[in-house]
Amino acid sequence: MTQLSINQLQCLHLGPIDLEIAQGQCVSFSGSSGTGKSILLKAIIDLIPNQGDIHFGDQDRQKMRASEWRKLVGLLPAESFWWCPLVGQHFPNLNSHQKDWFAELGFDIDVLNWELSRCSTGERQRLALLRLLCHEPKVLLLDEPTANLDGTSTEKVEGIIKQYRQQHTCPVIWVSHDQQQIKRVASEHYVLEHNGQLQKVAA
Amino acid sequence: MNVIPLSAFDLSIAAGLVVLLAVLSVAMHLRLGKQIIIAAIRTTVQLLLIGLVLKTLFERADIIWVMLLAFVMLSVAGYEVMARQKRSFGGWWGYGLGTLSMFISSFTIALFVLIAVINVEPWYTPQYAIPLLGMMLGNTMTGVALSLDRLTTGAYEKRGIIEAQLILGYEWRPAISEIVRESVRVGLMPMINSMAAAGIVSLPGMMTGQILGGSPPMEAVKYQILIMFMIAAGTGFASMGATWLGARHLFDERQRLRLDRLKEGRT
Repeated sequence: MTQLSINQLQCLHLGPIDLEIAQGQCVSFSGSSGTGKSILLKAIIDLIPNQGDIHFGDQDRQKMRASEWRKLVGLLPAESFWWCPLVGQHFPNLNSHQKDWFAELGFDIDVLNWELSRCSTGERQRLALLRLLCHEPKVLLLDEPTANLDGTSTEKVEGIIKQYRQQHTCPVIWVSHDQQQIKRVASEHYVLEHNGQLQKVAA
Repeated sequence: MNVIPLSAFDLSIAAGLVVLLAVLSVAMHLRLGKQIIIAAIRTTVQLLLIGLVLKTLFERADIIWVMLLAFVMLSVAGYEVMARQKRSFGGWWGYGLGTLSMFISSFTIALFVLIAVINVEPWYTPQYAIPLLGMMLGNTMTGVALSLDRLTTGAYEKRGIIEAQLILGYEWRPAISEIVRESVRVGLMPMINSMAAAGIVSLPGMMTGQILGGSPPMEAVKYQILIMFMIAAGTGFASMGATWLGARHLFDERQRLRLDRLKEGRT
């Protein structure tokens, strides 16, 4: 059953793009840098001006408050930004289930008392994923979620996303340059061409 | 008690001091000589002109002319606010935002004080209306310019942080609240400082002028207190209003941060 449907999405040089993603399905986007993969994800969550219709189930993006839509469709940007000095200040109401995720990504729960200025890029990237998951979005848009991670961490991140996707049966768009990773995580593959069109490719 | 009138000769002695300063700065290679002279000439010409305008105005006391002068002062202040920002809003917003908030706050407070506090008859008596409004606008202009500059610069520099919060489904208000608070604070600081230092560190210019002009010190002090309160309220309301309106205009109806509404100003 289709859950996320994108119709005639246009933004800057991109589109018009049509795409349907089923419940619990993960699709991958790739394409050389500069083709606008990040812009496309930002257009889907309505963070930058764009045209087109997007539905989640029977919920129409245009009929929802933008903030409500962004709670529903969660984006993990390529670069993570933090607005408070301590990690824990970005995780106000953690339940016990969410606390377990920290361990699964290799963090002691004491990480909440860490200062962000002392975290490495890789640590921040994993923490940003946890921050997003703790808002419990119903769709995941992931912009190179393992770009700065080593093999072990990458495995853990792939694991937790798979688990979240299956538990919440949520559609996932995964931007990646890594062909091996694309094969591991996604069931359909798309390439964003320089002309702004999304092409489906064989596995 | 009458003021001792100053002759052109008296002023030229004072001008000699400025010329001396200019000569000294040339000798020290400060490259300020030309600027000092130009600024001194501007002061002389501008003040002589406004003296002529006020002289005519005081003889007529016509509401139309008073209002006209008030709007000329407002529009120059509005331009100054825009010019002092590194990044101001493009189009009419750039000029209108500061001007509107200064208009609402300065004009209402000046009007209120003229009618309800000083109780001058008629309320637009230029001897009262023009100096009051002038002092209001001068200070409000500084506050609004500082606030708006901090707001737009802050939004530009912290766009990543603002957007990170929008992405997580925050409303625009909490996402920019830190920058808004900081902007209002920056706009109000000069006024708070000058209220705190008044009388101890500095004798405010208006009070000094009145005392030199022969007013009894206690009368001058009371007027100065009145003016300080007016300016504090006027600067505060105008800074808050301009910052709030500006912050709102940084986001569109879909709560996107629209930095494309700012234009690159002077660097």
